[in-house]
Amino acid sequence: MSARAAVYVLWLRALKRFWRSKSQIIGSIAMPLFFLGFLGLGLNRMAVPGIAGEGNYLRFLVPGIIGMSLLFSSTFAGLSVLWDREFGFLKEIMVAPVSRLAIVLGRTAGGLTTGLIQGLLLLGVSVILGFRIPGAGAFFLAFLFMILIASTFNGLGLVLASLMKDMQGFGLVMNFVIFPIFFLSGAMYPVKNLPAGIRVLSYADPLTYGVDGLRSALLDVSAFGVGLDLAVMAGGACLMLVLGAVLFEKSESV
Amino acid sequence: MDDIRVEGLTKRFDDVVAVDAVTFAVPGGQLFGLLGPNGAGKTTTINMLATLLRPTCGLAEVAGHEVGRERDAVRRSIGVVFQEPALESKLTGRENLEFHAMMYGLGREERHARIAEVFDLVDLRDKAGVLVEKYSGGMKRRLEIARGLVHRPRVLFLDEPTLGLDAQTRRHIWDYIKKLNREHRVTIILTTHYMEEADALCDRVAIMDHGRFVALDTPAALKDVLGGDVVSLEVDSGAEALLEKFRSLGWIRKASRHEEVLHLTMERGERRIPELVAFAQAQGTVVNSVHLRKPSLEDVFIHFTGKTIREQEANAADRRRARFHGHGRRP
Repeated sequence: MSARAAVYVLWLRALKRFWRSKSQIIGSIAMPLFFLGFLGLGLNRMAVPGIAGEGNYLRFLVPGIIGMSLLFSSTFAGLSVLWDREFGFLKEIMVAPVSRLAIVLGRTAGGLTTGLIQGLLLLGVSVILGFRIPGAGAFFLAFLFMILIASTFNGLGLVLASLMKDMQGFGLVMNFVIFPIFFLSGAMYPVKNLPAGIRVLSYADPLTYGVDGLRSALLDVSAFGVGLDLAVMAGGACLMLVLGAVLFEKSESV
Repeated sequence: MDDIRVEGLTKRFDDVVAVDAVTFAVPGGQLFGLLGPNGAGKTTTINMLATLLRPTCGLAEVAGHEVGRERDAVRRSIGVVFQEPALESKLTGRENLEFHAMMYGLGREERHARIAEVFDLVDLRDKAGVLVEKYSGGMKRRLEIARGLVHRPRVLFLDEPTLGLDAQTRRHIWDYIKKLNREHRVTIILTTHYMEEADALCDRVAIMDHGRFVALDTPAALKDVLGGDVVSLEVDSGAEALLEKFRSLGWIRKASRHEEVLHLTMERGERRIPELVAFAQAQGTVVNSVHLRKPSLEDVFIHFTGKTIREQEANAADRRRARFHGHGRRP
């Protein structure tokens, strides 16, 4: 009955919020762009071991930076429960006669949509900078990976939000969860360049498979094979979303 | 029928008992007040009745549904205006109400009609299209009251509805609340730490302190406990002799003297003043000034707790700080 309307209106709210926070859109696009621009152009002439040929670093970096953008935007979207708690709006949501699952679905749908918009914008800018997408099939496979990455980290954000209770731990999450996931994922360099001990952590990082999947779609280069990437990401996305939903349901709302 | 039925309701946070075995009932259509200092447990009580907090123990029914087991049924029958604003500032006033109406499963036409209706009720129609971040504090409050009514709840909870508002806006909100209660027959549970607010609005008032009800009655009956109004007469001389004469009058319940001022306690003091002055003159005493003081709920609060509400608030703040630091829990 009203569950579908609730999912829709929560999604709509996330979109309107996103659209009306221009500075937030600019900020969320600007950081990945700076990474892409400065790192990509600065290191483009350098031979990074593990990347075929010279002058390909920018190409190598694009999928990584899209993964990074999705990691940040989606984790923040999941964590936005804390903002809503801080600014009171969470109570308005929680006191409504709507199943908690519908609330999680609506929020996640909103977070996915805004995250994907940012990812696609970034891909568009990369094309303007000279990045070439091989074809429609490649694009759709990449889009699928983008959805899986966004789902996984929306779920992670929701899990963290349920564990944290307020925004005080935000800096910790940023430094000890999000940045390590980013650096370990191979977004900026091939994972195999890392020492064996650290590489183990990379293999436990879902974003590693997401970025590898994006590379296999857009560059036709893959370290693990697209099948494994898909399997890990699909499993990770389901696991994190279910875990996030369960913890959200259990947490007290005031 | 009772819209609220609460028996032995208790909420414990770690080692702090925020609400301690509270029992009361509110009949349909009544405007019921929870009066007490900050930290007395009013908001915790509301949060339990609104299904946002699980009671530690005790029974609570809202509109005939048990708050722990029939959460969605309770949620459908209540509207809540929270103490702190709970609005989405990046949406307009109308969009906030649309959001609410859709969360409560209202169809399109119903939504439009109800939203127009509540906007009129709180005089915000011309601000409907403005982003809430541009609203003043009073406008936000009014919008929240309007929102609480969009789905026509049977019971409306108002948690400190006029906190932090200027005197004029407060009057306006009082008028809205009275209108709602009278014309729409909504049962209203209101918390406040403003004595005059409870006095002006509520049919019945529960005085809450340290998580317990210390008194529960109509404002008039609560004030009657104090024995009536105090009329103070300042006289030229012969105060002591006059005091003795006054003591012999049956309708004066208490009489005391402070230098040349006599304090006399009685019912309906304003009607007795001419009589008092005439009586004094008949005894040959000149009355220089008369002062009438009606007991307020503040006096009632002092009577029941031995402290003013501000003293209690200071204590409660200390307890909350201790809890906050000790357990990292939000107060």
